[in-house]
Amino acid sequence: MSIAQDARLQPGKSAERPATAAPTRDFGHPAVWAVAVLLVIMPLIANGFFLIEIFGTSLILGIVALSLMFLAGYGGMVSLMQLTIAGLAGYMTAVLGASGNANISLGWPWWLATPMAIALATLFGTIGGTLAVRTEGIYTIMITLAIASAFYYFTNQNWAIFNGHTGINSVVTPHFLGIDWRADIAFYYVILAVAALCFGAVSYLARAPFGLALQGVRDNPRRMATLGFNVNAHRIAAYAFASCIAALGGVLQVWNYRQISPGSVGVERAIDILIIAVVGGTSRPIGAFVGALIFVLLRTFTLDFLVAIGLDGNRFRLLIGLGFLAIVLFSPDGIVGLWERLRGWSGQGKAQAGGERHG
Amino acid sequence: MDSVAHRLSVGGAGAALELRGVTRLFGALAALTDVTLTVRPGERRAVLGSNGAGKTTLFNCITGDFPPTSGTIRFFGEDVTHFPPFERIRRGLRRTYQISALFPGLTVLDNVYLACCGVSPRRFSPFRPRSNDALVQAAEDLVEAVHLAAVRGRRVAELAHGQQRQLEIALALAGAPRFILFDEPAAGLSPTERRELVDILTTLPSHIGYIIIEHDMDVALRVVESVTMMHNGRIFKEGPPADIESDPEVQELYLGGGHG
Ligand SMILES: Nc1ncnc2c1ncn2[C@@H]1O[C@H](COP(=O)(O)OP(=O)(O)OP(=O)(O)O)[C@@H](O)[C@H]1O
Ligand SMILES: [Mg+2]
Repeated sequence: MSIAQDARLQPGKSAERPATAAPTRDFGHPAVWAVAVLLVIMPLIANGFFLIEIFGTSLILGIVALSLMFLAGYGGMVSLMQLTIAGLAGYMTAVLGASGNANISLGWPWWLATPMAIALATLFGTIGGTLAVRTEGIYTIMITLAIASAFYYFTNQNWAIFNGHTGINSVVTPHFLGIDWRADIAFYYVILAVAALCFGAVSYLARAPFGLALQGVRDNPRRMATLGFNVNAHRIAAYAFASCIAALGGVLQVWNYRQISPGSVGVERAIDILIIAVVGGTSRPIGAFVGALIFVLLRTFTLDFLVAIGLDGNRFRLLIGLGFLAIVLFSPDGIVGLWERLRGWSGQGKAQAGGERHG
Repeated sequence: MDSVAHRLSVGGAGAALELRGVTRLFGALAALTDVTLTVRPGERRAVLGSNGAGKTTLFNCITGDFPPTSGTIRFFGEDVTHFPPFERIRRGLRRTYQISALFPGLTVLDNVYLACCGVSPRRFSPFRPRSNDALVQAAEDLVEAVHLAAVRGRRVAELAHGQQRQLEIALALAGAPRFILFDEPAAGLSPTERRELVDILTTLPSHIGYIIIEHDMDVALRVVESVTMMHNGRIFKEGPPADIESDPEVQELYLGGGHG
């Protein structure tokens, strides 16, 4: 799909020019509208448990995974610290705002605490990114993993700010305009709005000069440098943007559980985000949310299922692990890639060659 | 008259490109040894030499892809020896690659658009271009200039070899180039495509100088006013095309000595 051409193809001019290979599929497809409408009317269909525990939680994890999808899919940088950035935003929301731990929380109003928390987490992620962009491939994974695990141990041992292993409890959530924004339906819409915003921003950016250049950096950094791009600055800017998205997810996360502790930012959780992004597929923003939904469904229901057949409920990770293995082996671009290939096969008769990479 | 020309060619602010004692080692291998070279603004020069002579390495040092092991490089008077490549590009240096370095997943137009963004402050823009966007227009014009308008919406992976070579040239013409390094732009082109290439090179605005590495003498000697001969990482002869062609040593080493 051509960015430059999209701009040119405004009213009337399209006839004389060949259209680009890929159809406009981001917003035009009826299935997309169906899903959007379904999400909006969800509170009419789903009860509180499904609304928040399944869909709300999936959307929140999806937002954090989206930040990884952006870095990995468009920038070729696999960062394992996205959950850590989200966690820092969550901690800061609890520390700067009000909570049951009055000795720690500063008690700022949410409208001050939240932007501050997001700003601090974005700064943290950008600094982490600045360290990580000096490395490539496996070393990027290692350095971001090191940051994630260092943060975990730090929260465990620091009592002055992070309250050690007990963490911060009874976090106060926003309450204004006479609405309790943590009540199920209101909170669901808050999550949905933030998720839609992040999804829209990533999709839009992918085809703006910044996003296009990021994909260029992913494919051929050396050539990008001799086209005038400061490759490292571009990568750091990508980390900053992704950090901001992860931070938004982190704020929602702490409002969701009303508490945060080192367990919320453990390395295992960080790897969950990687699994979500890979299972969903990193070639498109939607993959992050598909992966998150699958993950949450498995986590929620395999537990009952495993217990029912007499196994330890915690083995849901085994199932997720097997699913992960299958995806990595059979569809490197995740469920979304698999779906596109299936569609490509079924629509083969028509001129389309299906499954082109996103521009 | 002569002394002015001499002063300009010796360097200082008058030279587009000035290399002094440039050496590049790869381990024990000296790909370039003590190369000193001055090119005037607007000058068009060919670099000839057998395989492995160090021609591409010379380009890599000039652009900063692989900085020199020692020596200095000045670009329009400014010492750029330790500049990263993008700083040199933003000052008006451009290059093409011997093996096309394009973005196969993007369309032809987007490849050129990307090149136009790279030398513009818009490179960080989070906003998609509008229909009257100047950079998109510039990209369209460049696509036209290298005869690729018919395939402007195609993904680069689908292009024929010759079209990819032409696109490579379009990328080097983005923005306001002052000096361009062409690394074997004619390699693998058909006779018709070669003629188009010669047209493109000879119709470049006269203030744009270039160095072209080219094995095909018919192309090389028609589009340049001076020639530098390289062998084993050293420059061993410089002069106008006619002198080089008739030089017995050159005949021996290069023209006669079958270069694959
Ligand atoms: N990145 C590198 N690492 C190690 N050795 C290199 C590297 N690049 C070039 N060389 C070596 O340096 C020497 C000069 O190579 P260069 O590519 O500059 O030659 P060339 O004149 O461009 O040849 P050709 O006509 O084949 O393109 C060769 O011996 C080559 O093997
Ligand atoms: Mg070469």
